[in-house]
Amino acid sequence: MTGPPILAVRELVKNYGQVRAVRGISFDVPRNCCFGLLGPNGAGKTTTVEIIEGVTPATSGEVLYEGEKAGAAFRQDSGVQFQTAALQDFITVRETLEMFHRLYRRRADIDQVIADCALEKLQKRDNRKLSGGQRQRLLLAIALVNDPKILFLDEPTTGMDPQARRNFWELVERIRARKKTIVLTTHYMEEAQALCDEIVIMNEGVIVTQGAPDTLLKAHYKEIILELPEADLEELPAEFPFHTYRRNGLVEIHTDDANEAITRLSRAGAPLGRLNIRPFRLEDLFLDLTGKELRS
Amino acid sequence: MIQRILAILHARNLEFLRDKATLGWNVAMPLLLVAGMAAIFSGGDRASYKVALVQAEQEINTAAHPYLETRYFDFIAMDQEEAIERVANHQLDLALDLNAGTYWINPESPGGYFAERLLEASSEEGAWRRQPASGDPITYVDWLIPGILGMNIMFSCLFGVGYVVVRYRKNGFLKRLKATPLRPVEFMSAQILSRLLLAIFVTLLLYGATRLLLDIRMEGSGLALFLVAVLASISLVAIGLAMAARVTSEELAGGLLNLVTWPMMLLSGVWFSLAGAPQWVQQLSNIFPLTHALTAARDIMLYGAGFADVLPQLLILAGITAAFLTVGAALFRWRGA
Ligand SMILES: Nc1ncnc2c1ncn2[C@@H]1O[C@H](COP(=O)(O)OP(=O)(O)O)[C@@H](O)[C@H]1O
Ligand SMILES: [Mg+2]
Repeated sequence: MTGPPILAVRELVKNYGQVRAVRGISFDVPRNCCFGLLGPNGAGKTTTVEIIEGVTPATSGEVLYEGEKAGAAFRQDSGVQFQTAALQDFITVRETLEMFHRLYRRRADIDQVIADCALEKLQKRDNRKLSGGQRQRLLLAIALVNDPKILFLDEPTTGMDPQARRNFWELVERIRARKKTIVLTTHYMEEAQALCDEIVIMNEGVIVTQGAPDTLLKAHYKEIILELPEADLEELPAEFPFHTYRRNGLVEIHTDDANEAITRLSRAGAPLGRLNIRPFRLEDLFLDLTGKELRS
Repeated sequence: MIQRILAILHARNLEFLRDKATLGWNVAMPLLLVAGMAAIFSGGDRASYKVALVQAEQEINTAAHPYLETRYFDFIAMDQEEAIERVANHQLDLALDLNAGTYWINPESPGGYFAERLLEASSEEGAWRRQPASGDPITYVDWLIPGILGMNIMFSCLFGVGYVVVRYRKNGFLKRLKATPLRPVEFMSAQILSRLLLAIFVTLLLYGATRLLLDIRMEGSGLALFLVAVLASISLVAIGLAMAARVTSEELAGGLLNLVTWPMMLLSGVWFSLAGAPQWVQQLSNIFPLTHALTAARDIMLYGAGFADVLPQLLILAGITAAFLTVGAALFRWRGA
């Protein structure tokens, strides 16, 4: 992850009439990393990546690929998986891949792509007869037919069951291991935390914060969180010098001295059978920075 | 570039060929139409009387001779050679040169017989010199079939391509293509080729069927006729692409296409000749590629024209194609607003 960034986004603005979807954002995407664009629904993630991909015109601002205005070279080098995309009817999975394959100068081994995306058994299936997850894998396969240097995935696991999501994460890990740059948008914090080396957190068209997930968390939080069901701690102990919050039926105790906090709870006679100790997560960071729950 | 065009072309052909319902409709509808024509018109004839006036100027001075005031007769100004040929083919009932005092008539034509009797009734004895002009009759069916073939090409090319592009844009397939190196010209070329293959295939089928079933006339160059069909198809696809260049609703596209197809169907001379129509209608009809295609096709099929004879029409069709492709490419959008 050294050298100049593969992609640079400068002062990007996008207005849809009165709706200011993206309000002047700038960031660099380092080479060979998995870059996450995080934010709740409506934050402006899709708008941002589609401007980068060149399918949506920006109101103002620019996108530089390898230091130059993104153009023909970028289209040859990039792979794109849209959040939703229609395909032709009456065409099979393999024929669809072959068509996209022939649009590029550099081409991946199509059988390898099919194997990577677990589409072997579906090759002869009509596009219209794919389940949601299968279709998502086909859209990913299309994004891989040109062996892209930079891959864009827009909410790739939305709507997947947990098993399918884990499989998808493994696949992304394998792609990244081949020295590819991946730009991923998601509203799942744990996805970003599991996959991304670098993230930008967006809200209402602006960047709230950016950096490596661990660095961001370390910079913001020296503490950890103790969680107890509200029913188990209706009243706080008399002497309790910690920040506490009540949300979602839980009492959260933020502390840098877990031993001390637990001792005091125990002394006050609180039942600790359901006590949960966890570090701060990106979800907490987002909540603290915007005052909003991420998942709506 | 060629690779990319072929990739899109191949996928589009597969899509189309497997869509059995649409394919069936595209082949069956015109066949039914021709079968219907055969049933209605086999051995049929024209109902009105047409007389050519051999003269240089377009205006016809009805005061020049009492015959020119006969009701239910159409008088059409024409040069001598063309007039005689059409009389021979039963396309016209009589040709008249007022200045030379000559008229031409096909002795085997019933219409000619009536036209001649009326001419005699409105003139003095011995006022005219009679010249025979004989040949096989050109029936209305002979005349109509090129029109039907052309009309079928028109609908297939305009609607077929227009709707597909609008559907691709509406459902986001075009947006997906935009994220690839594919360029608008390449996409448009593939659509043209795909529709051209279909239109030519169906037209050949129809042409074969009409030759067999109706024994229609074919006097001229087959190659020239083929070229006319190809250029007519391409020019009409180009118009369809230009109309669908940025529309995202099938309803709007349908409206726009109807706006073009209906006047074209009525004014390009598909069903009836515009020879007797007012001057401005004839001039208006020249903006439609179908007019030129049908003129060329009829010249070839009915009057034995060759490649050189229809070159002007071929050039006009090529020009229309170039113009609409340029406009279409300039207007083209991968995605809706
Ligand atoms: N085509 C459009 N027309 C009008 N508003 C749009 C359009 N696309 C997105 N928006 C608006 O822009 C904002 C950002 O949307 P989007 O980029 O899709 O967010 P995200 O992908 O983060 O969920 C939303 O308020 C959305 O309603
Ligand atoms: Mg989105």
